[in-house]
Amino acid sequence: MSVLVNADTRLLVQGITGREGDFHSRAMLEFGTRLVAGVTPGKGGQTTIDGRVPVFNTVFDAVRQTGANTSCIFVPAAGAPDAILEAADAGISLIVCITEGIPALDMLRVRPVLDAAGVRLIGPNCPGATSPGQAKVGIIPGHIHRPGPVGLVSRSGTLTYEVVQALTDAGLGQSTCVGIGGDPIVGTSFTDVIELLNRDPATEAIVMIGEIGGDEEERAAAFCAASVRKPMAAFVAGRTAPPGRRMGHAGAIISGGAGTAESKRAALEAAGIRLADSPSQIPALLRAGGLA
Amino acid sequence: MKLQEYRSKEILARYGIPVQAGLVATDADSAREAARRIGGRVAVKAQVLVGGRGKAGGIKLAASADEAAELATQILGLTIKGVPVRTLLIESAVEITTEMYLGLILDRAARAITIIASAEGGIDIEATARTRPDAVLRLPLHPLLGLQRFNVRRVSFFLGIPEPLRAPFASVLDGLYRAFVAVDADLAEINPLVVTAAGNLLALDAKIVVDDSALTRHPDVEAMRDLNEEDPAEIAARDAGINFIKLDGSIGCMVNGAGLAMATMDLVKLAGGEPANFLDIGGGAKADRVAAAFQIILADPKVRAILVNIFGGITRGDEVAHGIVEARARLERDVPMVVRIEGTNADEAAAILREARLITADSLDEAAALAVAAAGGAT
Repeated sequence: MSVLVNADTRLLVQGITGREGDFHSRAMLEFGTRLVAGVTPGKGGQTTIDGRVPVFNTVFDAVRQTGANTSCIFVPAAGAPDAILEAADAGISLIVCITEGIPALDMLRVRPVLDAAGVRLIGPNCPGATSPGQAKVGIIPGHIHRPGPVGLVSRSGTLTYEVVQALTDAGLGQSTCVGIGGDPIVGTSFTDVIELLNRDPATEAIVMIGEIGGDEEERAAAFCAASVRKPMAAFVAGRTAPPGRRMGHAGAIISGGAGTAESKRAALEAAGIRLADSPSQIPALLRAGGLA
Repeated sequence: MKLQEYRSKEILARYGIPVQAGLVATDADSAREAARRIGGRVAVKAQVLVGGRGKAGGIKLAASADEAAELATQILGLTIKGVPVRTLLIESAVEITTEMYLGLILDRAARAITIIASAEGGIDIEATARTRPDAVLRLPLHPLLGLQRFNVRRVSFFLGIPEPLRAPFASVLDGLYRAFVAVDADLAEINPLVVTAAGNLLALDAKIVVDDSALTRHPDVEAMRDLNEEDPAEIAARDAGINFIKLDGSIGCMVNGAGLAMATMDLVKLAGGEPANFLDIGGGAKADRVAAAFQIILADPKVRAILVNIFGGITRGDEVAHGIVEARARLERDVPMVVRIEGTNADEAAAILREARLITADSLDEAAALAVAAAGGAT
């Protein structure tokens, strides 16, 4: 078992013929992901990735002809919100948006449309999700994973890879690793993913990688305290970062003191989650919590 | 990107929000001329992007054009929270009877544009929000419908706006909302929004912060950037597509990804060193951006060692390794470099680095320890 992406994932890549789309589509195929279609408007009818993947003009056509159920988006920021809406409209149930630099107000308008349609979005500005041995959707390097019992959720990109590597090096494989993205408005929260991992029988322990800013970690800590009994470890990046650039009085009123590394660490610790000072300490903390 | 008060007001005025007639001055002569053109008593206001300028003596009232010139000289000599004052806003002074707070913010927790309003405006608004939360209204707007008339009525009655001012207030809030959306703001606040002795509403001070991700579609707003208030190295970094913040330590850091960059800084500190900077070279970084990053890091004379930490996903390790070797050959100043490249094409990267005889590390903990040692040990 696993969450979000698995052997039933039938993947479509929007922006498959671009440089990043091509590079990472190859990596996803090599990982064993069932990549069934690509979409690049104007290139419908061609094939790509050495003739292995058919290209369609629209997500609508791709879904109808291939039964794709998941989309990974590499479309540039100016076109990405439209690409997300197109995927949702065509009946895709899980959208992973890798694109960074999408204006927040664009995502503010996209998000309620997805909620109303019951479509899950991961990202934007995220590295995607990987279930080792089953499927990877996104850009997390495949070779750092091993199948195993640890579920991981992170707001960072490359810091996620760092922690996955540390787990694998310590002999701890992963059930599913999810990077939720660092933008102000994202589709899936820490709490959403932890809830899924908590219910997943294949996940025996959970790792959370936070960073300064916002109050997502504090909210997740409250959920974990109430509902999660699996061993957990966390790392929060940014203890030495300079105090965030203040966003006027309104920013201070909204945040009410949440957002610093120390506030997040305190909230996580109070929820019974073991805190790491370095990503390399995480495997030992999970074992101290009872993970075999 | 934060906009100066006079730029923020320029935008708000376009959306029908009443602001004082104001002119910008950069020296005593232009301040005198501005005060003469405006006439009567004027306020001379330092234009800096840090808070607390009033308490620091950056806002003064002048009864005459000559006094305005005198005060301009004084205020232009000030450094407020490390920022030297270079620009002044000269506005006609005004008698006020009431100060309120009215702001809009992109509220990530509510996933909405949220109105923040209080009948008690001014510098103590944050304290008010803490001690008497009921005195501050937080009203998230529907993300698709935006500002509706019932929202405006709710805010207006909360603030106790008297009947004759309700229509003008509705127009201020509507203008603030349209301005917020038009420029892709993260924040737009009027503090204080005042009622003048003559009984009119007026935005006495204003601040707009624009979403950096949206600046490409607002070249007119990008042109309002105040380069005087930015660190030259940070400007160079932005032009190269690099996210850089200068700090005080001796170990320069070059990392891909903001989270990993922060974690790398944290581990430098844990190993007994002090990071000299936060630097994220971004996704898919290639040789030219790596070279630019080295220039920016080494422009800081305090840097005694550089720690490069790249974990490739979109970024390909071999391209970064080539970039490091090429850039290093062209550097005017050389310091010890510890390089750790993991992830996509890491093996190819390792071969390139070994060939060039750079200090390499297998783990982040080891890389941080080596960098601290190379910089001369723990500080």
